[in-house]
Amino acid sequence: MREKGTLRLSIDSARCQGHNRCCALAPELFDADELGFAHVKGSGLVPAALEEKALLATRNCPEYAVRAKRE
Amino acid sequence: MAQRPPVSDWSTDFDHTDRRWIENPFVIWDDLRQHCPVAQTERFGGVYLPTRYSDVRAIAYDTNNFSSRRPVIRENPPTVGLPSPPITSDPPHHKPARMLLLPAFTPQAIARLVPRTQRICNELIDAIVGAPTCDAATAYTQHIPVRVIAYMLGIPEEEGDRFRRWIHVFLEDTIVDDDNTAADRLLATAAEMDDFFRPYAQARRADPGDDLISFLVQARHEGQPLTERHLFGALRLILIAGIDTTWSAIGASLWHLANTPADRARLVADPGLIPTAVEEFLRAYAPVTMARQVVNDIEVGGCPMKAGRLVLLPFPAANRDPAVFRDADKVLIDRQDNRHAAFGLGIHRCIGSNLARLEITVALEEWLKRIPEFRLDEKRAVSWSRGPVRGPRSLPFVLGA
Ligand code: HEM
Ligand code: SF4
Repeated sequence: MREKGTLRLSIDSARCQGHNRCCALAPELFDADELGFAHVKGSGLVPAALEEKALLATRNCPEYAVRAKRE
Repeated sequence: MAQRPPVSDWSTDFDHTDRRWIENPFVIWDDLRQHCPVAQTERFGGVYLPTRYSDVRAIAYDTNNFSSRRPVIRENPPTVGLPSPPITSDPPHHKPARMLLLPAFTPQAIARLVPRTQRICNELIDAIVGAPTCDAATAYTQHIPVRVIAYMLGIPEEEGDRFRRWIHVFLEDTIVDDDNTAADRLLATAAEMDDFFRPYAQARRADPGDDLISFLVQARHEGQPLTERHLFGALRLILIAGIDTTWSAIGASLWHLANTPADRARLVADPGLIPTAVEEFLRAYAPVTMARQVVNDIEVGGCPMKAGRLVLLPFPAANRDPAVFRDADKVLIDRQDNRHAAFGLGIHRCIGSNLARLEITVALEEWLKRIPEFRLDEKRAVSWSRGPVRGPRSLPFVLGA
């Protein structure tokens, strides 16, 4: 496995339907707004210690709305 | 009861009210998924049945070609509609009707209900512990969502029997029609529900509190207060969707644990795993199968669909598709990757999903804390509901080691 660079998360708001799996699995990285739609906290850059949680969130979003990219 | 002939062939003549479907739909869906991924039937006015995740998802997403105007399949639907926004709404009306409800169901709003839900569960368990046996469906699971929803709406928690009778009429009793009375009974029950809610709506308009009825009578939809039809339709939806579904999910989870001593022991020893297990129970025993109506002739998964016909949208069958879930037919309470569709997909995603998850999690936590040992009572039968919501309606347990 190649793991170069930092992981950056984003949420495709056109897809997010507010299932809140991301917020439940990685509350350090995601937050829900006043209607229950999710957004990433801060810049979306993931500290190394939270990478696993970030990837878990991408794999549990029913709408395929959580994106993770290495940069 | 059932006066329809037995099913001759599940791929061309399926019947979702057949005994075998009610007892164990999974073997039927697994077989169809391999041999005929979009089944059909001439029963119920003509219905299609996709069983692959990809087809269920495609239909849920395609709101142009598949309408939500008839989300429950009935043998003889009433000729007048019973709109319950947003579940019966299509774009562009769906979004404003949905936005209206969302603020009351966010994770933050729902988290406030934890202590109340814990108390409700413990009061129910108080009446169960110590006895050698119990029916966990009638003594436990059926009461939890009733009391939580009643509390949220600001209506009496003791009215559970009445609410469950309405739900039974809506979702089980009147989906078939052996004597041509189903439509009338359905409409009479809807009218009874309106009459029940009317005085509460009037009182909260005059003197609002912080309950959900007050919230709705003060809400604006496209700039205007809700019409009575919209208000009562939404209240009907919240009451029905909020109770039957969660009751079923808690029941199916306890049924699994009563059947699977190793999983039960593991959750007792490691309650921190319960939220992960809840997602797996939701995947494996997803209670809700809704419907759509085909708007334009179209093809899905290689199967042509005719406008006007209905489609069953079995989220529970999608959740068992091996193309998406490894070991799809196994219940793995520590499953990490779980993109299940128990709460639907796309614009109609269950508004109550945060609430349902909270109730199921608390119900299992409190039960396992105080009743760690239980198993099915082989002398008495488990019975499952029929219709769009599947769950155990009797759950005879032997308690203790
Ligand atoms: C385990 C419990 C539950 C399950 C499995 C479940 C499942 C579902 C599903 C699959 C849908 C989508 C229907 C469709 O696509 O046509 C839905 C919609 C809905 N559910 Fe739930 N539900 C549950 C609990 C609740 C609760 C507790 C409430 C509320 C109090 C609720 C309120 C709603 C509402 C209002 C909709 C309509 C959303 C829309 O059309 O935009 N549900 N539910
Ligand atoms: S899990 Fe997916 S759909 Fe749900 S809130 Fe997060 S991004 Fe949105």
